[in-house]
Amino acid sequence: MIPYLEKRAEHSRTMVYISPFIALALTLLGGIMLFSLLGKSPAQAMYAFFVAPLTSLYGWAELGVKASPLVLIGVALSIGFRAGVWNIGAEGQLTLGAICGSCVALWLYQVDSVFVLPLMMVGGVLGGMFWASIPAFLKTRFNANEILTSLMLTYVALLLLSLLVHGPLRDPDGFNFPESRIFHDAASLPIMVNGTRLHLGAVFALIAVGGIWLLLSKSLIGFQIKVIGQAPAAGRHAGFSVNRTIWFTLLLGGGMAGLAGMFEVSGPIGQLLPIISPGYGFTAIIVAFVGRLHPVGSLFAGLLIALSYLGGENAQITLNLPIAVTGVFQGMLLFFLLACDVLIRYRIRFKPVSRFRHG
Amino acid sequence: MVDILIPAIITIITASTPLVYAALGEMITEKSGVLNLGVEGMMLMGAVIGFIAVTQTSSVMLGILAAMLAGAGMSLIFAMLVLGLQATQVATGLALTIFGIGLSALVGQGLVGVAYEGIPKLPIPLLSDIPFIGPILFKHDILVYGSFVITVLVSWFLRKTRAGLILRAVGDSHDAAHAIGYPVIKIRCLAILFGGAMAGIAGGYLSLSYSPLWIENMSAGRGWIALALVVFATWRPGRVFFGAYLFGGITILQLHAQAMGAGVPSQVMSMLPYLATIMVLVLISRDQKKIKMNSPACIGQPFHPSS
Repeated sequence: MIPYLEKRAEHSRTMVYISPFIALALTLLGGIMLFSLLGKSPAQAMYAFFVAPLTSLYGWAELGVKASPLVLIGVALSIGFRAGVWNIGAEGQLTLGAICGSCVALWLYQVDSVFVLPLMMVGGVLGGMFWASIPAFLKTRFNANEILTSLMLTYVALLLLSLLVHGPLRDPDGFNFPESRIFHDAASLPIMVNGTRLHLGAVFALIAVGGIWLLLSKSLIGFQIKVIGQAPAAGRHAGFSVNRTIWFTLLLGGGMAGLAGMFEVSGPIGQLLPIISPGYGFTAIIVAFVGRLHPVGSLFAGLLIALSYLGGENAQITLNLPIAVTGVFQGMLLFFLLACDVLIRYRIRFKPVSRFRHG
Repeated sequence: MVDILIPAIITIITASTPLVYAALGEMITEKSGVLNLGVEGMMLMGAVIGFIAVTQTSSVMLGILAAMLAGAGMSLIFAMLVLGLQATQVATGLALTIFGIGLSALVGQGLVGVAYEGIPKLPIPLLSDIPFIGPILFKHDILVYGSFVITVLVSWFLRKTRAGLILRAVGDSHDAAHAIGYPVIKIRCLAILFGGAMAGIAGGYLSLSYSPLWIENMSAGRGWIALALVVFATWRPGRVFFGAYLFGGITILQLHAQAMGAGVPSQVMSMLPYLATIMVLVLISRDQKKIKMNSPACIGQPFHPSS
């Protein structure tokens, strides 16, 4: 029997939702093989990776800490991906958000007011939006590919961060270490659950999920985005502006990534460091796809990917597994998902082996 | 003056060589109508596998071969997903890069700090003795010579051979090419594998000759710069080569300026190659007609024989 693909008459809606689960199962299988290759007991490693991190309240809170930036950025990126706008520079926008948020915090270092945090959030959002506005401008004005420009700007943003923490934003009493002053309480995010690091950002991530869901399902711009993504010609005929969609999706993604970056420095980290994110901006791309470019899906996908970060850290401590396993897991998950998505548009059929070629 | 100029030009050549390989490979892939955004991931795998092979076997040839195979192997995953399972090219390419960064870090975790003297220079007898030109052009390692040869070969292949014409036809109209009877999927698969092998060599050059050592994420965006170069060159081999040298020049210029202490923070200088990439993309993309005229018409579009 030879398997072959037969096109479905219409896309299978069931498969859209089943595909991530098949992909997850295959990723776990791949993980078992990977752990065996690394000479670890698969059962032990799987436990350390996916169960042990969630055996305590602190672990669940950490899951929220890691999931917050992923969900915030993931839901925003999924809007852009729906419209065919490939903003893959969220990591840079996150960095700019962190920088601008920190600038506000350090500028208001002496001020103890409830307005410090909201101002920092505004700073973070504006920083991210500013960074995303560059690819938006270059795309709409000069037709420059946003994939490449947004990515190049990520490298620039990381260098800018390095420049600032080594120079102007360095702690004056910090013995020349490349880090900023530690933020005051007024500039630190409130903790949601005592004894953990779960911060206000998690609430904002949930709000973002609800907000974007409303935007997609109820608003005109949400409708336009869906149409332009699925049928660009129809969108143009209906008079929907492609440029407006590009601006909107990039600014939205940039703003949310900037907010996530500000949350990172104001929450779990508490100061500006040369490295502030383990690649949340890139991983959020996986979150968006595994979440089926849907806000609620992105929420669950964000939690799943957050678990892979936690599991990686835990497996590193308890089993001495290299931290890079996390990245391999995340890459595998996206690969398997993209592979399984074939089932949305095609059926697998089998034809008997024939001695004659039918061409 | 010549004492400074010769080493400067030599370092420009070494900085440009990986870009030549990666960009030419990606150009062939794109000519067949496939956009592979996984260059960065393939380069990193080439770098780490090549480095392992050379430190284990101390054979330069095996090292280069391993780098090539690693890149091609990565691109095979891409080909299976995109050609076999009709996955989106953009997303699959991104996945390949994310996966490659993770996998290369995993494979190379024991290699950080391992020393290697670099692949040997092969001065060409007589020619390398010519003053000025000799040391610049004829005192390199095999991969630098290879980059010159491969540029000429790719250019010849696309312009003068039947296979090159078929490749371009597949990239410009896969339906027409299929109707005439060309095996679209097979040709695209070969083009993807070639792109992967070249990205692998590009990575191998970084870890075997340019650095020469293995560091996580050592390609530092060169794979993406290579992608931009293909657009910048409007899919022409000669211009790819020129573009790669332009970027190599900028990279080295900023390094020299940093070394001389130009009074500008090193981070600002390090931004230059990335900012230059954005600049050239803008300059070339501005002219939409030019891009449309030269880009393979079917780029990014999936193909299934039944449809």
